Amino acid sequence: MSTTFKHAPGFVSGDRPKIVTSRFEFADSFTIERYLATDGYKGLRAALSRPANEIHDDVKSATVLGRGGAGFPAGTKWGLTPQQVWPRYLVVNGDESEPGTYKDRLLMERDPHQLIEGCLIACYAAGLSQCFLYIRGEMALAQERVATALNEAYAAGYVGRNILGSKFSVDIILHWGAGAYVVGEETALIESLEGNRGMPRLKPPFFPAVNGLYGQPTIVNNVETLANLPWLLCNGVAAYTAIGTKTSPGTRMVAVSGHVKRPGVFEIINGTTTFRDLIFGEDFCGGIKNDNKLKAFVPGGGSAPWFTPDQLDLPFEASQIGPAGSMLGSGAVMVMDETTDIPAAALTLTHFYAHESCGKCTPCREGGTWLERILRRIVDGNGTDADLQQLLEVGAMICPGAFPHAANEKLGLTAVPFPYKMTTICFVGPSAFAPVHSALTLFRSEFESRVTKRVTIPVTAVVSKDHVLSSGAKS
Amino acid sequence: MSRLTEKNLVLAKEIIARYPRQKSALIPLLHLAQEQTGFISREAMVHLGELVGVTSAEVYGTASFYEMFRFEPIGKYLINICGTMSCALMGAEELMHHAEKRLGVKAGGTTQDGMFTLAHAECQAACTEAPCLQVNYRYRLRVTSADLDNLIDDLQDGKLNDEIPAHGVLSKVRQVIPADRAVGAVAPELVTESPVWLNGKAAL
Repeated sequence: MSTTFKHAPGFVSGDRPKIVTSRFEFADSFTIERYLATDGYKGLRAALSRPANEIHDDVKSATVLGRGGAGFPAGTKWGLTPQQVWPRYLVVNGDESEPGTYKDRLLMERDPHQLIEGCLIACYAAGLSQCFLYIRGEMALAQERVATALNEAYAAGYVGRNILGSKFSVDIILHWGAGAYVVGEETALIESLEGNRGMPRLKPPFFPAVNGLYGQPTIVNNVETLANLPWLLCNGVAAYTAIGTKTSPGTRMVAVSGHVKRPGVFEIINGTTTFRDLIFGEDFCGGIKNDNKLKAFVPGGGSAPWFTPDQLDLPFEASQIGPAGSMLGSGAVMVMDETTDIPAAALTLTHFYAHESCGKCTPCREGGTWLERILRRIVDGNGTDADLQQLLEVGAMICPGAFPHAANEKLGLTAVPFPYKMTTICFVGPSAFAPVHSALTLFRSEFESRVTKRVTIPVTAVVSKDHVLSSGAKS
Repeated sequence: MSRLTEKNLVLAKEIIARYPRQKSALIPLLHLAQEQTGFISREAMVHLGELVGVTSAEVYGTASFYEMFRFEPIGKYLINICGTMSCALMGAEELMHHAEKRLGVKAGGTTQDGMFTLAHAECQAACTEAPCLQVNYRYRLRVTSADLDNLIDDLQDGKLNDEIPAHGVLSKVRQVIPADRAVGAVAPELVTESPVWLNGKAAL
């Protein structure tokens, strides 16, 4: 059992281009000495030597995609702020808690200065006057490392008033959460930062960039997104876009967990690496544990609909994963081998979302709980065949309309991207249904073998012809 | 008796001053109160309400939303065993059964000596190192039943006192903003002009 974090456990370096994990190989990667010795704060200096709008243009033309789940380009997001409304804020979303995901935690624990530098560059480019770094409450080590790094950076003149002796001044305030998955949703994050219950805000406005913290324009960026900026500023847009594909440039961090030989966190090339590379590649996980057969995998965190082995050759490219019926989400692949009890696996995920529902929207609060209850009785062997239909019906109310699915010519189905339509403010509710829907569509027989057939007696058989159904009814 | 101590009051005021609106400091202050007593008392909530200018009911309203805040004393060590997908696939349930047997309490319970509280937890962001657990939010990875026994022994013998503080203490390092370096927080309504560096020229 490892007791210390001398070398980031879980992280696998490999012989690949690195943008955000370049310092992970050093045992002291989190210190300011190591950071300064490895191009640290050079990106900031490069940024401050040019006008802010040029830096914003760089981030736009490099198409730095948001790494939090939605994949929205950061440069475009910064540009959504209304003209001449001040002040504007930066809120860093370090509330990483999507099942299967962990990259932001490593980035904060292993290279906190890189994140701080990324925050500074973003504040400079987008004209943001204060930065709040919101770290998930349960991540004590990340909080300690970022606090230490911030103290060092303040003392060395990289953060605070007149940074590097320039006109640029910004405070970075470290803020901890206190345990709530839903706070990862950006408007809930802002509510939490205002000292309220972390419930998502009613939309529109859809973007906090228009109306966010204290009603001011607020940019909410993911930790990994910001960690890309120092490298981008040091090496230039051309070097950044040379890695990956045109629509998904750069790299991204992916955690592969579950039934694989060597689970780990990898920095992979965006857009080209396939799931087969990741799960079976010798550079990555090296195949399924005990050489078992692959049964299914979750491609993008607990909220994502599942994939089966025939979809292994899909690359990490949002434009291909979407039409295939799922989403890339936050870079988390969870692998299930042939021994997996599918209904039980779906139950753990559904339990998670039901448990984490904030309770604001009824379909999520009630529906999620019902999905869990029904699923639990099926797993416990007390379900009936009517429960399967019931699951789909309850789920359809949390996410009405055609549920996202892959194109299937045989069944005459065209692809419906995820998410299709929502009756809830945020993604937590529909996410509770995603694993149920996937499990039930892909492995229905496993559910059917668990449930008993219910003998139903039609109502007409027990109500006699002349029976008065209610006092008001006339015969 | 569990209002903030003099020392923590100074810290609290420093924290409040960092935010453009006082109420934003509420969650950090709740952590401070929990650090002081291991849980959050009614008196502490009244005190925090006075500090940020809201009622104690509003303080409780916020605090009760978040799972990490406790309103009754719990064990010195909170053992959170993750049970979400990756950990479940890798045997988290057996680990929980073992922990329940070893500690003699069910998940959610506290041992009679007040040393341990055992709890189910949701994803702790260490999925490749499953099954994992946290003791007072410090990780233990790829935990076997034997590892868990050793961990409990070590905690009982006080061998991990340096690494794992008592429940309530989260980060052992606090952010300190030197007065001469701080920009300072300004209420948003008092800011009407664009930041000085947005003048079309390089800042350096």
